[in-house]
Amino acid sequence: MRAFLPGYHMETPRDLTETLDRMAKEPGVWKPFAGGTDLMVLLEAGKLPHKKFLNIWNLAELRGIQTSADHVTLGALTTYTEVRGHEILAREFPLLCRAAAETGSVATQNRGTLGGNIANASPAADSPPALLVYDAEIEIVSASGVRWIPYQQFHSGYKQMDLQPAELIRRVRVPRNKNAWRQHFRKVGTRRAQAISKVCLAAAARMDPGRIGDVRIVLGSVAPTALRAVRTEEVLRGQRPEPAILRVAQDALAREIAPIDDIRSTLRYRRTVARNLLAEFIESLAG
Amino acid sequence: METHSIGKSVPRKEGREKVTGRARYVDDLTFPDMLHGATVRSPAPRGRIREIRFEGDIPWDEFTIVTAKDIPGKNCIALLIEDQPCLADGLVNHCEEAVVLLAHQDKYLLEEARRHVRVAIEPLPAIFSMEDSLARKEIIWGRDNIFKAFHVEKGDVDSTCAGADFIVEGEYETGAQEQLYIEPQGVIAQFNAAEGVTVWGSLQCPYYVHKALVILFGLPKDRVRVVQTETGGGFGGKEEYPSMIAAHAALLAQKSGRPVKIIYDRAEDMVATTKRHPSKTRQRTAVTRDGKLLAMDIDFTVDGGAYETLSPVVLSRGTIHAAGPYHCTNVRINSRAVATNAPPHGAFRGFGAPQSVFALERHLDRVAGAIGMAPDELRRRNFISQGQTLAVGQVVKEKVDMNGLLDRAFALSDYHAKRKRFADENAGRTIKKGIGFASFLHGAGFTGSGEEYLASEVAMEAMRDGSVHVLAGSTEMGQGTNTIFSQIAADALGLDCDRIKILQPDTAQVPNSGPTVASRTAMIVGKLVETAALGLKRTLLESGLLELDEGAADFARACRTYIDAHGALKSFVKYEHPRDLHWDDEHYRGDAYGAYAWAVYVAEVSVDTRTGEVRVDDFVAVQEVGKVINPALAAGQIEGGVAQGIGFALYENVVWQEGRMANAQMTNYVMPTSMDLPPIRVFFEEIPYERGPAGAKGIGELPLDGTAPAIANAIAHATGADVRQIPITPEALLEMLAAMPPKALEGAHV
Amino acid sequence: MSELTRKVSVRCEVNGESVTLEAYPMARLLDVLREQLKLTGTKEGCGEGECGACSVEMDGALVNSCLVPLLQVQGVKIRTIEGLASGGGALHAVQEAFLTYGGAQCGICTPGMILAAVNLLVRNPHPDDAQIREGLSGNLCRCTGYMKIFESVVEAVRHSDEADGQSGTGA
Repeated sequence: MRAFLPGYHMETPRDLTETLDRMAKEPGVWKPFAGGTDLMVLLEAGKLPHKKFLNIWNLAELRGIQTSADHVTLGALTTYTEVRGHEILAREFPLLCRAAAETGSVATQNRGTLGGNIANASPAADSPPALLVYDAEIEIVSASGVRWIPYQQFHSGYKQMDLQPAELIRRVRVPRNKNAWRQHFRKVGTRRAQAISKVCLAAAARMDPGRIGDVRIVLGSVAPTALRAVRTEEVLRGQRPEPAILRVAQDALAREIAPIDDIRSTLRYRRTVARNLLAEFIESLAG
Repeated sequence: METHSIGKSVPRKEGREKVTGRARYVDDLTFPDMLHGATVRSPAPRGRIREIRFEGDIPWDEFTIVTAKDIPGKNCIALLIEDQPCLADGLVNHCEEAVVLLAHQDKYLLEEARRHVRVAIEPLPAIFSMEDSLARKEIIWGRDNIFKAFHVEKGDVDSTCAGADFIVEGEYETGAQEQLYIEPQGVIAQFNAAEGVTVWGSLQCPYYVHKALVILFGLPKDRVRVVQTETGGGFGGKEEYPSMIAAHAALLAQKSGRPVKIIYDRAEDMVATTKRHPSKTRQRTAVTRDGKLLAMDIDFTVDGGAYETLSPVVLSRGTIHAAGPYHCTNVRINSRAVATNAPPHGAFRGFGAPQSVFALERHLDRVAGAIGMAPDELRRRNFISQGQTLAVGQVVKEKVDMNGLLDRAFALSDYHAKRKRFADENAGRTIKKGIGFASFLHGAGFTGSGEEYLASEVAMEAMRDGSVHVLAGSTEMGQGTNTIFSQIAADALGLDCDRIKILQPDTAQVPNSGPTVASRTAMIVGKLVETAALGLKRTLLESGLLELDEGAADFARACRTYIDAHGALKSFVKYEHPRDLHWDDEHYRGDAYGAYAWAVYVAEVSVDTRTGEVRVDDFVAVQEVGKVINPALAAGQIEGGVAQGIGFALYENVVWQEGRMANAQMTNYVMPTSMDLPPIRVFFEEIPYERGPAGAKGIGELPLDGTAPAIANAIAHATGADVRQIPITPEALLEMLAAMPPKALEGAHV
Repeated sequence: MSELTRKVSVRCEVNGESVTLEAYPMARLLDVLREQLKLTGTKEGCGEGECGACSVEMDGALVNSCLVPLLQVQGVKIRTIEGLASGGGALHAVQEAFLTYGGAQCGICTPGMILAAVNLLVRNPHPDDAQIREGLSGNLCRCTGYMKIFESVVEAVRHSDEADGQSGTGA
């Protein structure tokens, strides 16, 4: 435990209003702290540069999963365990549930949150690919107001996001419109549990008999952010899921992603596996 | 000797403490006035220390600071030789080499201070590969970078190769492996004028630490005391390294006058302490067209890191095991341990054999493939039998039936049917299945004259209430020492196990039973325990206080009477080397080990050719071990060892950057979780070894030898990939598959 | 040095007892349990939330206590390994099973592993083999290869069923 603890401040605001007021009064000085599964690891390594945190773990306004006819809306503090245990999510949003089930372990899932996963913005984060497949929207709040943005527009680069210092992610909303889509998820990690993703594919396709009517192809760990492979999607739209088009799509994908060599894996591996995961998905549509 | 508890799964002696969380490991202990200690380490792999700066807004006068000049005796961690400094003095030879020690009461301030000590190094050219070391690009150790070399010769390799039907060559590599005990290294040390140095710690060999501290401090032996606390895993990683951390804590304790606790966090433990020696092996084998091994020419190199530590002994074991359980009249083994500017590599379960056995067993599958023979048939035609000689000239005196073990392992794993079925079904599939095996042996005890040199001792004392204390320097670290010693003593005395107490290994109280390593604790020390117990009993019998057939109550009465009359009832045993074991150290020939365990392991795998991920679906481990003292503990040893072997083969990859482990976190250096492992099915055979307690031989290291090659051979069967290197990471496997001609992926041969 | 924080007082329940814990707000729950309450059964193996040796229950949920800052423990019910055996020293069925079937070797992962197993059985009283593996996948053991840990869990389920007079299915 390498951190100099006396240098780290954490306070518990009474409610969301107080939280946002404090963040507005001193923008960037106080950062929200949810389940701690990312931040505490940095703290222990002596590598957490930020020193002042607001404990938002108990803010009721950030919890809960609401369902309407058209949407499911999840509070930013929804844990992976809560995602896994929600009946409608399990039925209609299996990719998100798979992502949650393959994040860390039971203990991590009890404390890791969607909001934390989004805001930490690791290129290898598990939930963003699924959220992008589902055309998620993010609700961002501050003392001066509320705004919804498509999650697609949230991340702009490595650890760069559309979130001002005084702002907080309050909710994540996904439309209930992909229920009939064929859905596919595969995370290739360093091992079968408690693994950081080396390549992750979250995909879905609406089949108009025999043809790919509409499609979402999203990859994790092959770019500075989770990547929705829009050009690959274009190649596939309207096509039959056959080997010839698969090769074209794979080539498009290889050009769209930007994998790197790092401590866990290599550029070549990530590119090859990304192509192969796409093949797995397209082949599954032919069945 | 009548057996009553031996052969039964008597519950672990210290089990209750462990399952209730009451067992006390070193970090669970606090002493009054205790300080915390931390180590400042070299940022560079080789160079001269230009300056040590104490920066920042830190109240340095509150700190105890120790450098090399504070060392009262010799600045070394004494082991085989005295080349490794305790604290770097002038020169550093590896990243993370200890330079400065700090202590303070406040462990958070201590970390803040540690961040603010700047060790400025003027770099010198460093060596990071075995090739560069052998090429002497720089001389970084001794005259020629070579810690030790061996040359083993039997018969005439060169002439035989000249006339052979087939010669098959190959090069094989194994990587470093981190022991990854879940309890990191830790010690508490105390120093005062009256008692000298006392150290409590997580360690395997209290007397190794004792010797090192005697030399470091220049103190008489009775002013150094080492006590082993409950140890959360060792696997060799706590064989020699604890001498270093103990030395550091003791120096801080001496300078501060207060007890000092040093506990490494996981990152420091990984980056600074020992790992398994990386290895490179060249095999050249002459074989007849009908599979008779004519000659084996083996060249074996291990990377020892920056200082000698135990490299000569690792090399020795790797060398002796390099030719396997086969009969071959012409064998040559040239081997060497070389220096590089990495943190010294060290003991890890198997100790050289996993490296050389990987090369051999992988190679023999390739040899079989080259002559168009099934790999098991090749082994059968060459398995050694009783009366034949191993590579170093040891006549196998014990009964051995490798064919029988192979038969049993194959029956249990359905090897032949699967070998055929997978080959037939793999074509066109993205998930390819394979099954492979390894056949091997592992010598128990110290090599050659090692046990004679150790001259291990065990003492025993009976109490007035008829309970008996065992005094041995052997340590419990999960493998079951306490329990099997209790069983051995209990059966020898005709008592229940709970009447036997194993004293905590404390150099002030127990004799030196040798280190807890080398698969020797059951076989060698256990035999001393048995002998000591029988000696106690004999004393009572000869005194007329006890009859042969009397039970526990009479035993207690007899003890009480004897002790009241004579003051104490003790026995003491010292190891005697069997006179019929002869070892020639100079020519490296003779009786290398008193006994061997023999084994055949079979691995069944699924290879996802799209991601390179390998899953072990089933694992069968069959071994002949003399006598199983405690079935649950013995199976536990094999199961755990196979799990470590699976890690060695597939998952555990040390990423080196300029001589430093770059992935020193459990997130990035991965060991298998419960979801990564197959059912590990363990089976024992028993051909009693007369010199082992109840016939037992050693088994602790055995599973590390055969697991990785069995998996490598299975992967080769599944995909045709010519595996030469472990770990077989998904990245490496995909590269291999990509480089293969497409047709080759169809077939399922080696 | 930048501005320093003061220690905080947090009231919570540990193993059924109300306690007041005092430490820096981001002190790890792991350290506070071990140092202040002297509950040393919970261990540090990695400090990264990977090994599970520090597992405790917070309001019935299994968490890695090395990743929980003290401030977030206000009002929470915590159970550690020390709180598992019932008063009077009778061990939990899982603890008994670990003793009988060899689930513990060196013992350092054992407290966390037992709590994870207990937690699993609360959520799923009759897990199959895959569910046991998944339930324990956050607890690393370097000694056992997990085989006797699984066996212990399976046997604990069997014994509990017998004790309850049920004919359990599952694993």
